[in-house]
Amino acid sequence: MTEEIVASFDYQIEKDDFKIAGSASSHIKKILKQLGLPNPLVRRASIIAYELEINLVIHTVGGAMHLEVHPNCVVISTEDMGPGIEDVDQAMTEGYSTANDTAREMGFGAGMGLPNIRRCSDEFSIRSTFGTGTWIRSEIHVG
Amino acid sequence: MKVSEMLVRAELKQVAGESGNGNEIQGVYIGDLLSLVMSRALEGNLWITIQAHENIVAVASLVDVSAIVVAEGIHVEVDTIAKANELDIPIFESKASAFELSKTMIELGIQ
Ligand SMILES: Nc1ncnc2c1ncn2[C@@H]1O[C@H](COP(=O)(O)OP(=O)(O)O)[C@@H](O)[C@H]1O
Ligand SMILES: [Mg+2]
Repeated sequence: MTEEIVASFDYQIEKDDFKIAGSASSHIKKILKQLGLPNPLVRRASIIAYELEINLVIHTVGGAMHLEVHPNCVVISTEDMGPGIEDVDQAMTEGYSTANDTAREMGFGAGMGLPNIRRCSDEFSIRSTFGTGTWIRSEIHVG
Repeated sequence: MKVSEMLVRAELKQVAGESGNGNEIQGVYIGDLLSLVMSRALEGNLWITIQAHENIVAVASLVDVSAIVVAEGIHVEVDTIAKANELDIPIFESKASAFELSKTMIELGIQ
């Protein structure tokens, strides 16, 4: 990864705010398109951003999402203030979800968010301390 | 086929996003689980769903579907309509099931 930053944005994501959920992701998509990045990359980044954003809304007390665009990679990351993930391997398993009934009725909670994020990333890391919070970083290579 | 032509021939009721009626429809995707729609719906797909809340507009816009049809007589929420108008996503209401709607779309040559 180079030092140079082409674009950088921070977003505050609120707990249970379904009304604006997706707007940070939409902004990220808009920026990447404006920068002229190829469509398949923009699509992968949109999926990553949306799944990360929705996870902050439905699973956390709130958190932040960041976009960093470098000449050779796009990095999307989140950190939140809890509750953290007890078993990260389990959380990464397709179909595993602790989403509540309200979220499920709205079509969230398929348990495919984290697996989708990993699949769309060239590099993916997740760190979580149960009781404290979660940090996730996804990188897509450009070109 | 453009959304504008499809809506006349399929006799659907448009509730939002007229400014997106020039979108070209290519294929259909049916689904109510948003993570699946995000990863499987293709650009240009007509998306048939029973979800009617505001977040479907964000999903539609993120994956560039051409339009949304809310099936089974479910009414689209006011906030969803406002958001769709803002983002130019055509939304239709239909009493038909996803299966019936698919048959109609195939008859129109959308597949
Ligand atoms: N930021 C987070 N903080 C706490 N728990 C999380 C976070 N992200 C994901 N999880 C946990 O991991 C599970 C799987 O996440 P995901 O694959 O996105 O599926 P879903 O969101 O549909 O439940 C969630 O149900 C939740 O228990
Ligand atoms: Mg999720």
